[in-house]
Amino acid sequence: MEHIYLAIVLAPLLGAIVAGLFRNQIGRTGAHWAAILGVAASCLLSLYVLKLFIYDGEQLYNKALYTWMVSDGIRFEVGFLIDKLTVMMMSVVTFVSLMVHIYTIGYMAHEEGYQRFFSYIALFTFAMLMLVMSNNFLQLFFGWEAVGLVSYLLIGFYFKRESAIFANLKAFLVNRVGDFGFILGIAAIAMFFNSLDYAEVFGKAPELKDATIQVWGSTPWSLMTVVCILLFIGAMGKSAQVPLHVWLPDSMEGPTPISALIHAATMVTAGIFMVARMSPLYELSETALSFVLIIGATTAFFTGLIGIVQNDIKRVVAYSTLSQLGYMIAALGVSAYAAGLFHLMTHAFFKALLFLAAGSVIMGMHHDQDIRNMGGVRKYMPITWITALLGSLALIGFPGFSGFFSKDAIIGAIHHSDIFGAGYASVLVTAGVFVTALYSFRMFFLVFHGEGPRDDHAKHHLHESPWVVTLPLILLAIPSVVIGWMTIQPMLFGDWFTGVLTVLPEHDALGEVGKHYHGQIGFIEHGMLELPFWLAMGGLFVAWFIYMKKPALALEIRTRFDWFYHVLDMKYWFDEVYQIIFAKGSRALGGFLSEVGDRFLIDGLIVNGSAKVVDSVAHRVRRLQTGYLYHYAIAMILGLLLLLSIFVVA
Amino acid sequence: MSADWPILSLTIWLPIIGGMLVLAGGDKAPNITRWLAVLVSVATFLVSLSLWSGFDPSTAQMQFVERAPWIEMFRIEYYLGVDGISMPLILLTTFITILVIIAGWEVIQFKPSQYMAAFLVMEGVMVGVFSALDAMLFYVFWEAMLIPMFLIIGIWGGPNRVYATIKFFLYTFLGSVFMLVALIYMYFKSGNMEILGFHGLKLDLTEQVLIFIAFLLAFAVKVPMWPVHTWLPDAHVEAPTGGSVILAAIMLKIGGYGFLRFSLPITPDASNELDGMIIAMSLIAVVYIGFVALVQQDMKKLIAYSSIAHMGFVTLGFFIVFIIMGRADVTGGAVLGIEGGMVQMISHGFISAAMFLCVGVLYDRVHSRMIKDYGGVVNTMPWFAAFMVFFAMSNAGLPGTSGFVGEFMVILASFRADFWFAFLAATTLIVGAAYTLWMVKRVVFGDVANHHVAELEDITKREVLVLGSLAVAVLVLGLWPAPLVEVMDATVRNLLAHVAVSKL
Amino acid sequence: MIALSDYLMVGAILFSLSVAGIFLNRKNLLILLMCVELMLLAVNMNFIAFSHFNGDLAGQIFVFFILTVAAAEAAIGLAILVVLFRNRRTIDVEELDTLKG
Repeated sequence: MEHIYLAIVLAPLLGAIVAGLFRNQIGRTGAHWAAILGVAASCLLSLYVLKLFIYDGEQLYNKALYTWMVSDGIRFEVGFLIDKLTVMMMSVVTFVSLMVHIYTIGYMAHEEGYQRFFSYIALFTFAMLMLVMSNNFLQLFFGWEAVGLVSYLLIGFYFKRESAIFANLKAFLVNRVGDFGFILGIAAIAMFFNSLDYAEVFGKAPELKDATIQVWGSTPWSLMTVVCILLFIGAMGKSAQVPLHVWLPDSMEGPTPISALIHAATMVTAGIFMVARMSPLYELSETALSFVLIIGATTAFFTGLIGIVQNDIKRVVAYSTLSQLGYMIAALGVSAYAAGLFHLMTHAFFKALLFLAAGSVIMGMHHDQDIRNMGGVRKYMPITWITALLGSLALIGFPGFSGFFSKDAIIGAIHHSDIFGAGYASVLVTAGVFVTALYSFRMFFLVFHGEGPRDDHAKHHLHESPWVVTLPLILLAIPSVVIGWMTIQPMLFGDWFTGVLTVLPEHDALGEVGKHYHGQIGFIEHGMLELPFWLAMGGLFVAWFIYMKKPALALEIRTRFDWFYHVLDMKYWFDEVYQIIFAKGSRALGGFLSEVGDRFLIDGLIVNGSAKVVDSVAHRVRRLQTGYLYHYAIAMILGLLLLLSIFVVA
Repeated sequence: MSADWPILSLTIWLPIIGGMLVLAGGDKAPNITRWLAVLVSVATFLVSLSLWSGFDPSTAQMQFVERAPWIEMFRIEYYLGVDGISMPLILLTTFITILVIIAGWEVIQFKPSQYMAAFLVMEGVMVGVFSALDAMLFYVFWEAMLIPMFLIIGIWGGPNRVYATIKFFLYTFLGSVFMLVALIYMYFKSGNMEILGFHGLKLDLTEQVLIFIAFLLAFAVKVPMWPVHTWLPDAHVEAPTGGSVILAAIMLKIGGYGFLRFSLPITPDASNELDGMIIAMSLIAVVYIGFVALVQQDMKKLIAYSSIAHMGFVTLGFFIVFIIMGRADVTGGAVLGIEGGMVQMISHGFISAAMFLCVGVLYDRVHSRMIKDYGGVVNTMPWFAAFMVFFAMSNAGLPGTSGFVGEFMVILASFRADFWFAFLAATTLIVGAAYTLWMVKRVVFGDVANHHVAELEDITKREVLVLGSLAVAVLVLGLWPAPLVEVMDATVRNLLAHVAVSKL
Repeated sequence: MIALSDYLMVGAILFSLSVAGIFLNRKNLLILLMCVELMLLAVNMNFIAFSHFNGDLAGQIFVFFILTVAAAEAAIGLAILVVLFRNRRTIDVEELDTLKG
């Protein structure tokens, strides 16, 4: 098996190297074949491994590949841990990645840097696989930062655009804030567990349940809480949770395929994956879980609201992604790790689908991304339209679609939880359903229905995208519809994650939901009696009414609630505040330290100052040297007298 | 090569004699001198490689020892040897020198033979510093090192080179004079000049503190530590590219090496007493200098400040060991700190060299180091941009590159000493990325900013060779640091065992 | 009988005169030279007085040495003075301040 796992990881890397380093030799076609073959091999092998795990009872694989370093008795290793969670992630990552690779052929057909792009996304696949397949914290951090690097490179893909290179720097730095917490968490683990290996750490965790650590003064803090919150700060960066969410909307500066792959389906879910992987630790700290829950629920609702007022098609989807990530994180907070992961999987499919569909429309509109200029696209792009519809229905949780199962499970679990903050979260995530439906279908109606594109020129050129674009749409639409139905039983209420996730009995909110579970049909029937379903339908209806029936109403509401619109339009002023405090503040601090500290105090006062003191003393002393003989003579005589009198007195 | 060969002497004297030959050759046939210089440096590197292959990592004893009387009247000896701490640094020296000589190939048109000779002589002298086991010999090499550097900055430097050289010279000389006093004091106490003998010398606390401070002045200036760092940005800005590379990659390491060879083992109790001060200085270097780097307008200055911040990790790693060893509730971590500092030194040798070479590539074409004179370099120099982004990322400590390894180890170790040490040290993750990548954004990315950038030509094969070999080194060390750590492990453990025993 | 103290007094007065001459004189370098000679003579005076009262001839022999050296010194001093005058066109002490810092 080891060879298969190695091949899964290395095939995309090989593709990336070939496409990147030999781009001139192999040309555009060669580059996309190299990358696609690498990722396809990886995808097929992942699916093969998935099959082995599902049908052939393949067991967990946990082995070090090589020793990175041994220092001070800690073995730092690079290795794979393949269990059912990993396999699920591998399959999702490689499948979505493959779809995006194929789609890219069409989307990037006329762009410069075609080979570079393929090289990057194949490299991303490698990094993401290293992240999910890791069996230790070191490699996790490697993958964690490596996906960040590729994300940086891809957001700044159009490096001539000032906004793009601003966004990629911002994304990297905000992620670094998260990583700052993450690396401290890893350091804490290394200190208390003397190992970075998952199995060892998780095995030892219950012993250290009551361990404390002194962070501030001599107050003992619960070790588990500190570790879990530090690690979660990393997840907040990568999974774009409030208040570290600001980079994700800006990351839309990157080409659409990577928005789908990195900033929707895979990389941003790394935080969810990580927390779920660490469930044996998180279970030991209710404080950390509450923290996770509150952050998640806050993100889920408040970023969703911003989505309603966005006019850039990609930004709407980006805020939707933020909101959905919030749902996943909130699920983790109530120990419903399985529900979080389940939503991660369904979301990966339908959100990738929505992004790619948006990309398809953008291609048709000649890279105009403003939804106010669109409309009536349905007539020209039927395949894009139908797949986008399926994706949107999945997103709002229409009964039977994949999103319905995963979102209902999350809301149910939060509802049943009695951890601190669950009440707050419950309200927010339920209300969030209405918001989700509203912004999704606002965008859907504005883009695909109503009056045709404003611009006649655009209308003239609008046509369905080529098959390399529509094929991935169709292939992603299928799981977006059916994957929830197919997998809810084993993933949420079956034994798929047994032995992988740890849930203490007193936290088992999902188990409460499971008590009422009697097959998919029953789940749907039950769900249709609940509030979230009606909220979703309400949101859909409101969107239809406002944007299809009475378009004037939208403007009126906007004028009436102008202040609220303004708050949302300014995205709660996060960017502005950060810009002032962190960007300007640190530059001002740097300027102050450089000018006052280095240049004035150290160089001015001490270094050049001492030189100046010597200089001025010398200037004064040199006046003694008049150059007149008689002055020297009297000095000699006075000196002689002085010495003599000392001699005589002594 | 047989083990009986005097490999260390060869590594020291081959480049020095080679340098003299290059010098004697003169500038009439510059290409011949250049080839001769490369030949000498490659030969030296190959000789030094046998240090690695013949090294026995299982022992902390000095290896490849050579001993001969030098000035018998004062019992001063020509005494050389290496252990796991100095051997990697010698290899770093011989490796970087080759690159520096190749990098100066066409750029230096003014007196190339003297330029090459200066670097070769300096190489030999620096190897001497790392391998000397006699304190007088060490001191001679230590001071001799200043001369070629003084000439390199003073002759091939920028417009303000006189100020920079004098500042550089006085700063470093100030420190080393105190070191000489300390060495002579210990000579009178022990009767000889053996550094290893000093390790076992009984000293009371006052003596130790005074000696420690004398050493600190010498080494802190070299590292450089805050607040005696201000010579470095000036020296870097004025130095030619090759000078900056040697300065950043190797000369700074001599300060770090000094702490391990002198301060810790000779004055363990004073180090223990004063470690709080050193840790504070290191953390200030990491945080304060990081912010200072953020606002620099000059690329070389920015990288110089970044060097100071990175060297802060080295001293932090070395001196947290006392706190870790003093904590009853913590097991292990001290070895991690020192090894982390060592790895950081080697890694910084590669990365800072690469960063300065990158700036050199731009400077050779546009003759400006100011960030504002660039923008959109990637449009005209895609391969160069790839290298630059890669090295910037490793400078920002991206895992998988060598820049990560040392920082990671030191952060892990400092967490064991105190949460807040780790907290402050880890801010480099943010600030380090901020200043490096912001520079990259303004220099490399964006649209073509002016006609100078528009006329740029991508890097030549020679530059690819230089940057490429550094990139390989950075990657290999990042992906597999085990061999390096293994080499130094026994020595570091032995050092710690020695340091843990009080001399009082 | 003239006592030793009288001789010494004369010597001291001569010496003081010469010292005063050295730094009160601000005009001519020649006077400076003469003052130096006078100083030597004052010393000679003491030597002779001590030699006479101690009954030791060594003191008087010393005086001859000093006189010889003084003559040589005067010759060299005057030679320098001449060269100086040729170069500077003056032997005014106020003007000769090349040693000024």
